[in-house]
Amino acid sequence: MTGREPAAAAQSPARGPAAESAPVVVLTSVSSDAHTWNLVFLQLLMEEHGAHVVNLGACVPDEEVLAACRENRPDLLVVSSVNGHGATDGARLARRLRAEFDRAELPAVIGGKLGVTGTADAEAIGSGLRQAGYDAVFQDADLDGLVSYLRLCAPATPRALEAGQ
Amino acid sequence: MTAEVDGAARVPGLRPLGEVVEAARRDGELVVQPRMGFSDPGLMARGLAATLGAAARVAGTLTLDSYTRLGDYTGARAALEAGVPLNGYPLVNHGPDATRRLVGAAIRQAAPHGAAVQVRHGSPLPLDIFTALVAAGLEATEGGPVSYCMPYSREPLAAAVDNWKAACDFLAGTAERGGSPHLETFGGCLLGQLCPPGLLVAVSVLEGVFFRQRGLRDISLSYAQQTSHEQDVEALAALRSLAAELLPDVRLHLVLYTYMGVYPRSRGGAYALLADAVETAVAGGAERLVVKTPAEAHRIPTVEENIETLEFAAAVAKRVRAAGPAAGAPDTGLRAEAAAIVHAVLELHPDVGQAMVLAFRRGLLDIPYCLHPDNPGRSSGFIDSQGWLCWGDVGGMPIRGGGGARRRAVTSAQLLEGLSYVQRRYDAAALPERHRELLGGAAAAERGTR
Repeated sequence: MTGREPAAAAQSPARGPAAESAPVVVLTSVSSDAHTWNLVFLQLLMEEHGAHVVNLGACVPDEEVLAACRENRPDLLVVSSVNGHGATDGARLARRLRAEFDRAELPAVIGGKLGVTGTADAEAIGSGLRQAGYDAVFQDADLDGLVSYLRLCAPATPRALEAGQ
Repeated sequence: MTAEVDGAARVPGLRPLGEVVEAARRDGELVVQPRMGFSDPGLMARGLAATLGAAARVAGTLTLDSYTRLGDYTGARAALEAGVPLNGYPLVNHGPDATRRLVGAAIRQAAPHGAAVQVRHGSPLPLDIFTALVAAGLEATEGGPVSYCMPYSREPLAAAVDNWKAACDFLAGTAERGGSPHLETFGGCLLGQLCPPGLLVAVSVLEGVFFRQRGLRDISLSYAQQTSHEQDVEALAALRSLAAELLPDVRLHLVLYTYMGVYPRSRGGAYALLADAVETAVAGGAERLVVKTPAEAHRIPTVEENIETLEFAAAVAKRVRAAGPAAGAPDTGLRAEAAAIVHAVLELHPDVGQAMVLAFRRGLLDIPYCLHPDNPGRSSGFIDSQGWLCWGDVGGMPIRGGGGARRRAVTSAQLLEGLSYVQRRYDAAALPERHRELLGGAAAAERGTR
């Protein structure tokens, strides 16, 4: 859709404030997903837990996610999708990601409403996505799972909430 | 009468949207409109006919699918060939003849005196869609270079503005050949929630001024229901007043959208929210209301659910009007805030499209919580203890924000609370007794009396 350079996203004001030593997280949706409230929320949540978040926004083509990973060298890639296409689009993205970065180099997690049938195929979706290259899959707003994982792979002192006020 | 527009006759029985709304205004009735769209032409025809035949003043809708919104006609074709239902009507893929037949048949069947039908799309680059709808003999659509670019796409704003200019020039040009094109702004909706009304009003007016500059003369300005009836009535009054100042020479009406954020899950809560939207529309002088069905929190609604919702809204409107004129809105400075933004933007450049691009670049426009790379991203909104939507931070916009709450950081928990405020409030309260009898039976009994 657009030839925007990844640098534009990296410099965007969507990048929240954090200390220089803060772990860097690249946060993105998948190519077909126009929802953004999930991304706005996750950025705030992860910033409150001390992360420096580069938020790529809606409808991000795979190539732009990869470019942002090359550019920012994040400690974690977080993919969030709620339009029901996350299982398909997210798996494709993971296969491309793993062709370039191995799991030790760049952990990646995905979460949200990933399929169209509710909870019926959650297990199959989870194992499919882990196989495609994700280190963890969080379905149905498993925020505690995400926060624990963030601490695990990017340990940092949680920033006091007052610091942002 | 058959008007020849670029060789394509207007769909028989199709009436200009502005004219249909004007007639309803004379009769003291609210026009109600669904958001319906189906990929199967047979189902779309049946749905359009059924909604046009509801016991209400209805404007018909063809909502397009998300492949078409993104200009991915190959994706739409693949889905159609595989028999996968899309989330809307693929106007470009189905082609002008099928669409003209479908709309013509629905109007002939359900609205012997004619009806207006609007194409709803969501595209930041709508030229293909405008071309396809005119070729099919349709004339009314909606959107805007800011409102369909910034919230939902990654398209650079300047590219969206250029495409919208070409699309509007083309649509306006049909008037010279006998057409009656209508265009509605989506600027009063933006991301649907947590954007203080002053900015919604400002963007809606700016997109209306943009449409006028591109030659359109039949325009509606949108505004979406937010968190407070009083504030929304004041916003509609501000919209009307700014329209009188800046769009004095066009046929114009106001359209209110039923709440577009996280919706109540309960049927009673959903209908109570819709009933409040109707009261706001009537009190604020909006002539048209885009409804939302209780099913929309869970899935794509059926045709029958759309009809029940339209008839409920019409019945509430009738009752509210019968109760006499509502109290006017107090002026808490909303109009002044919207006017300050509009005038600051218009001063940037004589070309309104260019002015809006510059305004985002310089921070004079800044949509709260919008992640688009061209959005400054410094502003925020929150809901105060009275249920009013206020500025947490106005960023670089030329307004004060009021309430003394400047630079109020929003936490993730507060954001979630704000996003679900309306859902919680309406799910907790049942549908008021006075509206309950209007559901189902009473409205259905009225059907066919028109």
